[in-house]
Amino acid sequence: MDKNLYSRLQTKIILLTLGVSFAPLLLLGGILYRQFAAMYVEKIREQIHFRAESRADAVDLFLAERTAILGAIADTHSLAEMANEETLASSLAIMNARAGAFVDLGVIDQHGTQLAYVGPYDLRGKNYFDQPWFGQVMSRGVHISDVYLGFRRLPHFIIAVRRQERQRNWVLRATIDPEIFGRIVQRGQIGKTGDAFLVNREGILQTQPRHSGNILEPSPVKPALFGKQTMVVDGGLLGRPGVLFAGTWLKSAEWLLVVSGDVEEDMAQLFSARTLQTAIIVAGMLAIVLTTVLTTRTLVGQMIRAETRLREMDAQLIQADKLAALGKMAAGVAHEINNPLAVILQKTGWMRDLLEEEDLRKSPNFKEFRDAVLKVEEHVERARKVVHDMLGYARRMEPRAEAIEVNRIIDQTVDMLENYARNNSIDIQTDLDPELPRTTGDGAQLQQVILNLVNNAIDAIGQNGTIAIRSECAGSEIRISVADDGPGIPEHLQRKVFDPFFTTKSTGKGTGLGLWISYTIIEKMGGKMTLQSKPGDGTTFTITLPVVPPPPQ
Amino acid sequence: MDQPNILVVDDEGDFLETLMKRLKKRNIPALGCSSGEEALQLIRESPFDVVVLDIKMPGGMDGIQTLKEIKKLRPETEVILLTGHASLETGMEGMQSGAYDYLLKPILLENLLEKMAQALERRGGAAQRAQSERLRSLLPKG
Repeated sequence: MDKNLYSRLQTKIILLTLGVSFAPLLLLGGILYRQFAAMYVEKIREQIHFRAESRADAVDLFLAERTAILGAIADTHSLAEMANEETLASSLAIMNARAGAFVDLGVIDQHGTQLAYVGPYDLRGKNYFDQPWFGQVMSRGVHISDVYLGFRRLPHFIIAVRRQERQRNWVLRATIDPEIFGRIVQRGQIGKTGDAFLVNREGILQTQPRHSGNILEPSPVKPALFGKQTMVVDGGLLGRPGVLFAGTWLKSAEWLLVVSGDVEEDMAQLFSARTLQTAIIVAGMLAIVLTTVLTTRTLVGQMIRAETRLREMDAQLIQADKLAALGKMAAGVAHEINNPLAVILQKTGWMRDLLEEEDLRKSPNFKEFRDAVLKVEEHVERARKVVHDMLGYARRMEPRAEAIEVNRIIDQTVDMLENYARNNSIDIQTDLDPELPRTTGDGAQLQQVILNLVNNAIDAIGQNGTIAIRSECAGSEIRISVADDGPGIPEHLQRKVFDPFFTTKSTGKGTGLGLWISYTIIEKMGGKMTLQSKPGDGTTFTITLPVVPPPPQ
Repeated sequence: MDQPNILVVDDEGDFLETLMKRLKKRNIPALGCSSGEEALQLIRESPFDVVVLDIKMPGGMDGIQTLKEIKKLRPETEVILLTGHASLETGMEGMQSGAYDYLLKPILLENLLEKMAQALERRGGAAQRAQSERLRSLLPKG
């Protein structure tokens, strides 16, 4: 049996099955995850995009409100009224009551000189002509400045409106509370790492960001990357991989509102989904491996058993074929030998006849001649016996059909041999099934077979040993076994023991026909005869006979 | 010597020749021939009490055919079949065709003489019975 072939086959089947099952599973898992991840990232981008836009709207609204109320105050008062610090103070109070977040309020004439001021700083009389915002408001009418330190040396920004009054321009300027403004922007900071801040065209921070940098310092965000519409930019471009930046230019000021979000943080949910998916796939793979290995093992085991059975059947078939052919040949050979033997026997008879005559009796070699003739006749007789045994088998073509009791035949046979066995210190034990059914066959022939087997067992043991004879009913079959504890039969001889003329006994002691005849007798009865032997452990011959009910009388 | 009343038919020359010599030495009136056709010719010429006939004779008539012809020509003839072949069917067929008995080769002369004596006895005539007695006297005692 080529065990190697089967283990290779088993490995092949397992690998193939696993390959075919795993490939689509892993492919499906991978593709699904990628698609899902892509969708998720897209969703995160959309969210951050939306956050930037809505935050920009809120900031725009804040600034538009402040600008509008500042404009309204300027429009409803003359320079003379506003230059009065009491009026100015009450205006600031109204503005803070209506909108809030105004820190101070100042009135500046067209030369940049602050005519009146209310607020916490002492800025009265300061000249703003050289300040960049002053030029802007004078030319454009309304201006929201970048954050700067100014005279007060604190980061702040201002909203300024210009009023034209009888060929004279004056400017109403208010400072916005950087704290309050900063909070509105910072409301866009979502999650543990999300950030929201403003930068101007040069990338200078206009509000305090959560990470990386301080107000009025350059930010890593490059405003040139962001177009007119709200845009989402990968942090990789800004030296911050894994972070998304969404930027929206404000409508009311030259500021870019930036909202950033850590993709990793937002993807935590996706990662837990991935862990779950991986766990399910791994569990599935384990189940597949287990099932495949078990199924394949069972399958290959069955194949091995089937092949073993097939081989056994083949061996039996070959054995039967061989023995049938040998039987035919032996019968033919027997006949061809008988004719020359007949001639030899007549010739020796004639020689014996002649030796009876007077003159030969006196010959000095008379005794030698007579002995030689007798020896020839003795050996012709030996040859004749062998041939007759074989022809005897041929004559047994049609065994008798009678009801036979296997147990009784065994008992009779044991009786016949018991004395002989005892003389050789051999114990014959029988274990007979009392429920054994009767069958049909030739009892004398079956007895001959059992006699032959027990005789062989005695010869095999020689001295001191045990022979165990068992009979049992196995389904619709009767099983008879004859086991000895003799030396056993070497494996290479086991296939030959049923061959005609095969014998291990010394020349003249056995013809080698006994087992062959036994085999053919059992075969003709529709049974089987097998042997099991292990050198050193003895030999067991097993006869299986079908239970054939006796024909009705 | 009397007119031979025993016929031996065998195609094996050595066997036939030696057997005839041994019968002659014992003064048994026998004739030998080596084919079925020859045997039938001889039987047509004169009757024999006992015919010893080999069953298997390749080429020409075989023993069974010859036996059937003999029984047609002279049904009273006792035929002893002799064969190296051992199939039960052939033996049965021979017996059914009227053979007295059949013997397996190789055979000791003593056994053949015994069988011949029995056959002669069965023929029943006084001469045959006397010859049967004489044949038996040739056999070793016991």
